[in-house]
Amino acid sequence: MATHTVTYSTHRSRRAIGETVRIYVKETKYEFLKLIRTTVFSLSVIGLPVMFYVFFGLSNRGHTMDGMDAAKYMLAGYCCFGMIGAALFGIGVGLASERAQGWLELKRSSPMPSLAYLVAKCIAAQGFGVIIVIILAALAVGFGGVHLTATEFAEMIGVAIVGTVPFAAMGLLIALLVPANAASGVVNLVYLPMSFMSGLWIPLQYLPRFLKPIAPYLPAYHLSQLMDTVFGYQEPNASAMAHWVGLLGFMLLMLGLSWGVFHRTEQDA
Amino acid sequence: MVMDLVDFESVETAMDAPPVAVLDNVTKKYGGIAALDGLSMALRPGEIVALLGPNGAGKSTAIRLLLGLSAPTSGTVRLFGGDPRNAATRARIGAMLQVGAMPKTLKVKEHIDLFRSYYRHPLSVAEIVRIAHLEGLDDRLFQALSGGQQQRLLFGLAMCGDPEIVFLDEPTVGLDIEARRGLWEQIRSLAARGKTVLLTTHYLEEADALAHRIIVIDKGQIVSEGTPQEIKSRSALRKIRCVTSLSTAQLWALPSVVDVLLEGGTMTVTAGNPEQVLRTMLARDERLSGLEIVSPGLEDAFLALTQGGR
Repeated sequence: MATHTVTYSTHRSRRAIGETVRIYVKETKYEFLKLIRTTVFSLSVIGLPVMFYVFFGLSNRGHTMDGMDAAKYMLAGYCCFGMIGAALFGIGVGLASERAQGWLELKRSSPMPSLAYLVAKCIAAQGFGVIIVIILAALAVGFGGVHLTATEFAEMIGVAIVGTVPFAAMGLLIALLVPANAASGVVNLVYLPMSFMSGLWIPLQYLPRFLKPIAPYLPAYHLSQLMDTVFGYQEPNASAMAHWVGLLGFMLLMLGLSWGVFHRTEQDA
Repeated sequence: MVMDLVDFESVETAMDAPPVAVLDNVTKKYGGIAALDGLSMALRPGEIVALLGPNGAGKSTAIRLLLGLSAPTSGTVRLFGGDPRNAATRARIGAMLQVGAMPKTLKVKEHIDLFRSYYRHPLSVAEIVRIAHLEGLDDRLFQALSGGQQQRLLFGLAMCGDPEIVFLDEPTVGLDIEARRGLWEQIRSLAARGKTVLLTTHYLEEADALAHRIIVIDKGQIVSEGTPQEIKSRSALRKIRCVTSLSTAQLWALPSVVDVLLEGGTMTVTAGNPEQVLRTMLARDERLSGLEIVSPGLEDAFLALTQGGR
């Protein structure tokens, strides 16, 4: 009697690593493409910091402030401003509207790993952050008389990549908390004052005195101090590690709250 | 290990096959309100089931539970014997939900490419384009598509993974007649190929035309279940159409009358015992003319079932 192998069709619950990576790559690629092609988004997220830097940074060409090159100091501030905007608008507003439209629900009904969706949005925001750094640095060196070493440039890119993540988490929380049509307004209400009070536009020492104690509580302040550290322009009161820890704590807080809000809405969903 | 379901030739034999999707005594509460209340239903392979009900009946909730987007308050939901919240189970299904908008700045082929990547054995891009009638639209951005084309893309995405079950939530909203008929053909061919389809619709004509079985739900419970013909026959109402000088008030007062409508001179009386009503009308109005007696359409049966009759 011939032996006869019966094959049962199994559905392996684990994808091959290669397939998972491919999903993440595609998700990220299309998230980035989608954002770049959305003129309103890409023009404002990139254009606004560029415009600010051209007006306020380049106009300070050759000036110094407390021994620091003013145009270079502003370069740090506006790079941070730009990358925070990319994260908050890309994710805070983007995720909120995709959720409201039911698009996110359709994706969740598919086998797409939910994490791929979030990671893609984060990497896309980081990508915009890097683009902003490159453009502003080019403007600074080309027209601002700023001297930038290759190391400094590389470190700026590094801060942009890592420093965007806490703000991506913040965008996530905003998207979960705020109804989609209000998201844009809420992001502006948070983003602009926070940037101002963290010394991203006007250096901290020139801000009204009553605002200065607030700054250390703002994540944007810590990000800008880290960027300043690249040039040696940071405030001497705290180490770089302290700022990294501050950002990490902020990120964990944002993620924790997001998790809580998500679960609460899931109970009701 | 999960053994694949045995294959079959027709819907008739499918009735003996184990169900592919099951809601078992499911209750789903939002706050204090039960969207689904002890509801049980099963989908068998190869059948097209229409879930029919008024707004708030629980149709969308049932679909969301089956898609694993939500968990029941009590009872169990099973997809291929497993939990739909498990992504591996969802690799075998496709869904077309009511989506307000998709990323506008991605092209049709890019949307398809991305969705295909979620599945291990997706259909080819060409096949998906063919199924969804999107020929020539590959390079078009989503924002440049017409409403009907957007719906067809959503259908295409539902088909990306060559699914065994397809969930369609109001799939033909916004389509013109030709496109609607086209989608109906696609749905019928899905069933012919052994796939299972669950669709929700408000177009009763659609349920009548497509479904092997209709499940009527209201306020989270099943009100009626059966083939379109069975559902229609369960309502014993019939319509008397005529031109009469009798007033609507007089007609409402007659026994077994559930509806009276005067439109453009024509009176339509819907009644459970039309013979008795007609006898009374003929006795009271000798000049009654243009008489027609009409069997209930699915719409009337549906209304009767969800309003609990009168």
